[in-house]
Amino acid sequence: MTPSVLAGLVGAALVGLGLYGLILHPHPLRKLLAFNLIGSGVFLVFGIVARRGAAVGFRFDPVPQAMVITGIVVAFAASALAVALILRLSAETSRVTLDPEAWTRRNGEDAE
Amino acid sequence: MSLLAFLDILLALLVVAVAVWTIVARDLFAAVVGYVAYGLLLAFVWIRLYAPDVALTEAAVGGGVTGVLLITAGKRLGALKNVAPEAQPGFAFRLLAGALAALVAGAIGAAILMLPEQPPSLAPEAAAAASTAGAGLGNPITAVLMSYRSFDTMLEKIVLILAVVGVWSVGSDKAWGGAPAPFRQSKPYAPMVFLAQMLAPIGVLIGIHMFWTGANAPGGAFQGGALLAAMWMVIMMARLVEPPRVDAQWLRLALVAGPAVFLISGIAGEVAAGSFFAYPPSLAKPIILLIEAFMLLSIAAALPMLVAGPPNEGPG
Repeated sequence: MTPSVLAGLVGAALVGLGLYGLILHPHPLRKLLAFNLIGSGVFLVFGIVARRGAAVGFRFDPVPQAMVITGIVVAFAASALAVALILRLSAETSRVTLDPEAWTRRNGEDAE
Repeated sequence: MSLLAFLDILLALLVVAVAVWTIVARDLFAAVVGYVAYGLLLAFVWIRLYAPDVALTEAAVGGGVTGVLLITAGKRLGALKNVAPEAQPGFAFRLLAGALAALVAGAIGAAILMLPEQPPSLAPEAAAAASTAGAGLGNPITAVLMSYRSFDTMLEKIVLILAVVGVWSVGSDKAWGGAPAPFRQSKPYAPMVFLAQMLAPIGVLIGIHMFWTGANAPGGAFQGGALLAAMWMVIMMARLVEPPRVDAQWLRLALVAGPAVFLISGIAGEVAAGSFFAYPPSLAKPIILLIEAFMLLSIAAALPMLVAGPPNEGPG
């Protein structure tokens, strides 16, 4: 088993783990963490192409690698925006969930 | 089995184990610490795939800065940090989610094992770009980022600015124009101050070196910018400086400098070299380094602002 196949399988496992966490974790920050796991798994799967496309004297294909670098930075920017929205939600409602059931049940105030 | 193959399998198991930890940990803080370790381990995987540039970015941005973002968010949520709704998902639902996740992971894994033997590759085109328009750049990744796919890279800088605008705009109306909340509410903490004073000058030097050497070796504006951003965050955490007001002119200029210089160079290429984002071959390297220098500035300004969050109406 070559390193790139192994890394690809790790990427597949990470996507599965992240998906599981994203569905089951009720807390939005934990969901965000799980979503980042999916993201890095996808990057890894995408990136093993960089290892396979070795041609014209490169040991790797630089195009997917450059795109993964761009992708990591964009994923961080999206996470920061999500964190800002979660913090604002909690400041406004003292809740961290969008589930209206949980909101009325735990708060006891009248839901508007 | 050779030693290297053994280490590869060990590393793969470690990455998956730490990823499992970030999902199953009960405490948010523990999960975030797991995620930072996971980012660093993943960087080793990227090194094994001959992708040191990606490894540097993953370690700095994917692990480090994202970790700071989530820890800061956890602190700001305070008591709500670990609050979960009472309705915990039932066993059947867990089983279903697990089956779905296993199915998706299995499908991706199967696809990887069945990849075509003759891999499609854009490497020849990238090599052509590296040897013509990106002349003088020894690092093919930088050549791709700045020449072959320069439009992507410029738009990505604009995405960063859009994210900063988005983060700033979720603040309340009263706070608009003010400074984001400090990274730590507590008084300056002596070991942290000492760390910031020792680390920041060295880190800034390494960040600039990473940018400069990125033309020929692993590194570049992304990695260098992320390191400079980290150093700025360290001195803000030590409370040696406070986050700047969001209406500060210098901050806004620093944020738009990278994409602006990039766009102007692209339009200048239309006039001077005949097509958008074409560089005259004799000047390609100086132009690319000029664009990257301003990108470095914009990244170093944007990442801490994304972590700092929206303007805050608190005292000061």
